[in-house]
Amino acid sequence: MAEQTTTRPQAPTPEPGGKGSGPREPITQPKLGLVGWLRWMWRNLTSMRTALFLLLLLGIAALPGSYFPQRGIDAARTAQWIADHPTAGPFLDRLGFFEVYATPWFSAIYLLLFISLVGCVVPRTKVHWKAMRSTPPRTPARLSRLEHHASAEVDATPEQVVQVAREALRRRRFRVHSHDDVTVSAENGYVKETGNLVFHFALILVIVGVAIGYLFGWKGDVIVPVGKTMSNQLSQYDTFSPGPWVNPEKLAPFTIKVDRFDATFEENVTGRGQFGQPRNFTAYVTTKDAPGAAPKDSTIQVNHPLEMDGAGVFLLGNGYAPVVTVRDAKGNETFSGPVPFLAQDNNYRSVGAIKVTGADPKPLGFSGLFLPTAVVNKDQGPISIFPDLKNPALALTLYEGELFPGGRPQSVYLLDTAQMTQVTSKNDKTGQTEPLRIWLEPGQTFDLPGGRGSITFDRVDRFAGLSVRHDPGRWLTLVAALLALAGLIVTLTVRRRRVFVRVSPAGDAGRTVVTVGGLTKGDDDGLGRVVERALTDITSALPGTPDTSTETSTSTDRDPRP
Amino acid sequence: MTNETFAGYSNLALYSAMAVFLVAMICNAVYLAGLVPSRDRRRDAGAERELVAAGSAGGTGSAPAAAGARTAARADDGPDVDVPAKARKAAGIASTMTWLGALLLVVSVALRGLSVDRWPLGNMFEFAVMASMFTSLAYCVWSTRRDLRWLGLFITGPLLLVLGMAVTVWYTQAAELLPSLKSYWLVIHVTVAVIAMAIFTLGAVASVLYLVKDAFQRSGRASILDRFPSAESMERTSYGLHIVAFPLWTFTLIAGAIWARQAWASYWNWDPKEVWTFVIWVVYAAYLHSRATSGISRQVANWIALAGYVCLILNFTVVNVFFVGQHSYSGL
Ligand code: HEM
Repeated sequence: MAEQTTTRPQAPTPEPGGKGSGPREPITQPKLGLVGWLRWMWRNLTSMRTALFLLLLLGIAALPGSYFPQRGIDAARTAQWIADHPTAGPFLDRLGFFEVYATPWFSAIYLLLFISLVGCVVPRTKVHWKAMRSTPPRTPARLSRLEHHASAEVDATPEQVVQVAREALRRRRFRVHSHDDVTVSAENGYVKETGNLVFHFALILVIVGVAIGYLFGWKGDVIVPVGKTMSNQLSQYDTFSPGPWVNPEKLAPFTIKVDRFDATFEENVTGRGQFGQPRNFTAYVTTKDAPGAAPKDSTIQVNHPLEMDGAGVFLLGNGYAPVVTVRDAKGNETFSGPVPFLAQDNNYRSVGAIKVTGADPKPLGFSGLFLPTAVVNKDQGPISIFPDLKNPALALTLYEGELFPGGRPQSVYLLDTAQMTQVTSKNDKTGQTEPLRIWLEPGQTFDLPGGRGSITFDRVDRFAGLSVRHDPGRWLTLVAALLALAGLIVTLTVRRRRVFVRVSPAGDAGRTVVTVGGLTKGDDDGLGRVVERALTDITSALPGTPDTSTETSTSTDRDPRP
Repeated sequence: MTNETFAGYSNLALYSAMAVFLVAMICNAVYLAGLVPSRDRRRDAGAERELVAAGSAGGTGSAPAAAGARTAARADDGPDVDVPAKARKAAGIASTMTWLGALLLVVSVALRGLSVDRWPLGNMFEFAVMASMFTSLAYCVWSTRRDLRWLGLFITGPLLLVLGMAVTVWYTQAAELLPSLKSYWLVIHVTVAVIAMAIFTLGAVASVLYLVKDAFQRSGRASILDRFPSAESMERTSYGLHIVAFPLWTFTLIAGAIWARQAWASYWNWDPKEVWTFVIWVVYAAYLHSRATSGISRQVANWIALAGYVCLILNFTVVNVFFVGQHSYSGL
């Protein structure tokens, strides 16, 4: 560790207070061409100070993304935020505050950090490789100068003592070498640097794993009402985001049918923030690896994804899909089936739209709310007061006209009313014309005015919101992260220490003074103990009781008090 | 599912722990007050110290450096020659009370767990209580190996504050968990996070005291901090704590990512809580880095460590309650 390459920016740095910022000392750097510049920049980039600066910068740069809504996570909330802040919103948007983790500035920081990391770790690996095969350095002339040293006089010849010292240190797992007849140099704890290098290399591997996941991974979200089947095809997904190197036409051909969906909510505990909390969601499904394959029964729960061929299937959402039937004036069905409504709050007040393109005479669009436990509140209008189906109701308004103006893509939960007109009715009490309000409970039918037929609320089904995700890089990332952790623990617990032994003849013939000194880098509370232990090892291994006129000095602290 | 009796006894143990910590805090304060030498004692203090140093070095330590080492060591682990008996007694009571408080918190956490029939880490209240439990336990265990009496007041004080917040602001009735929290990864990830947080807390307190003592030393003013261990020794204590906590936090990050993949399909979603966990990790990594970077002073390094701690606290308080993310489990 002592000759550790803490690559520091060296020449050619400008003098403090000097003009300009470029290197301009002709003596230290005779021809500073492009190469010299590049080398200078490279040295600075790979210095520990730069790494430290970039680390702190990375931390700071990551923060705004936790405060501002992020488009990739919640596009609707982002759009809302920008709309709510007409001055700051667009400005921050241009700076990338709503896509922090994909902005050039964020990418630049971590890319520079990782270039710096490579540029730092590769030379250090070379140095460490050499250090591991080289012999420990010569013993300093005066061991008593070292911070930790101890000596004793023993009843043995210098040769014997050296021999014993070598064995004793080897037994303590030191690498041992004698540069001459009267000294022993020993070193251990090389694995500290190994651990450090493993840690830093593993960080690079983590990033490689993330990159593989980004390039070859994909993610699709789909809503599947109970009784329906989804197959793993691009066309089936409500949203699908593939990585740049994914062929979305070649997905594994599995299918998943949702047979049943169970949901339970807290009804017994009424403390703050507990009543009505979800307690369990389970989707019971039948899967097939390919359309013709044998069906298998499985369940998907929150925290318990279903692993299909190359993709995990996750239960990330759920809600209600009221089953409605729309008939025309003659009683022919123009629409029938479950319509997913999207929950807006914890009590599943849900919005949705029923789009009846085949209605007669004009296409009809119902828009409104589904309420699992409906009450009409004086201030808020129709709301739900519990997430489970205690008193379900549909509250709808009706539009007619062009449902898909211009064939533009639109949300399944909302009507695009640009080319539609709202159907109105006369209020019996006030006699005024107002928008038609439809209130339906399961089993009820509402006759639409003006010969437009009727709508029936048959029953309520639930739907499962499934997210299907393929990430081929995640195993690499996981293994690399665990490797980094292991390297970290090793580098933080192991100490790299040098122990030196020097022998010299004592005043009495046949006796020898043995001095042990220790050296380490940085703080090491245990070095004194190591030195003393080494001396004890040596003295106790020698024949006869040694003279224990031990003088030890293990000064670790200098008292700052006057 | 929930057993109201257990929950009641759990709260009782919690309130008892707070009362006991209050006693410990007062005794710790008495101990520190006792360290301040009275006026006439202070006059002799210099000479007295010389004598003690020479005496305890036993004649072998002829070099001045060795004598200095003995003097410093006395504050660490040497005999309390010049600590008044009253102060020593107060410190003894404080130590016993802190142990008792820590054990009462263990009881409280265990009963809470029994009452809800799950690992008691489902909301901010439970998080705060368990964090206090581990902080006091870590302090008690650590103090069996070193003299940490100088830290006592600065540990028991914040503990009381956090527990006070827990029972007033964050209190949540015993109940089951949200489905997204029903996972053994909750036990692993959050428990390790709480342990890391507890040790970071001790480290942060040591860093603050180091920085204060260092500032006093530079200005040359005498203060009670002169009776604390040397600034270098306090700084090393802080580092020792941080290098235990940092791998634990690294593990928290990894375990969180594994759990996130199970619960939310992707191991990393840049959810606010994830962002903060990451930022905390990066800042503490910067602290360790700065300590090994030549040209960066120990003071700066400790300021970075404290920045990490501020992020940790913000992560628990502000981010939990006010930031919109998938981690909305504060129970508020
Ligand atoms: C992804 C960014 C990085 C992270 C998260 C990181 C993290 C760490 C951590 C936590 C340590 C502490 C281990 C210890 O004290 O022994 C450390 C040590 C070290 N890092 Fe990094 N590091 C990063 C990048 C770099 C870069 C770019 C360099 C090169 C300039 C570098 C050079 C070193 C060195 C030389 C040590 C050893 C310090 C010592 O001798 O104790 N690191 N790093």
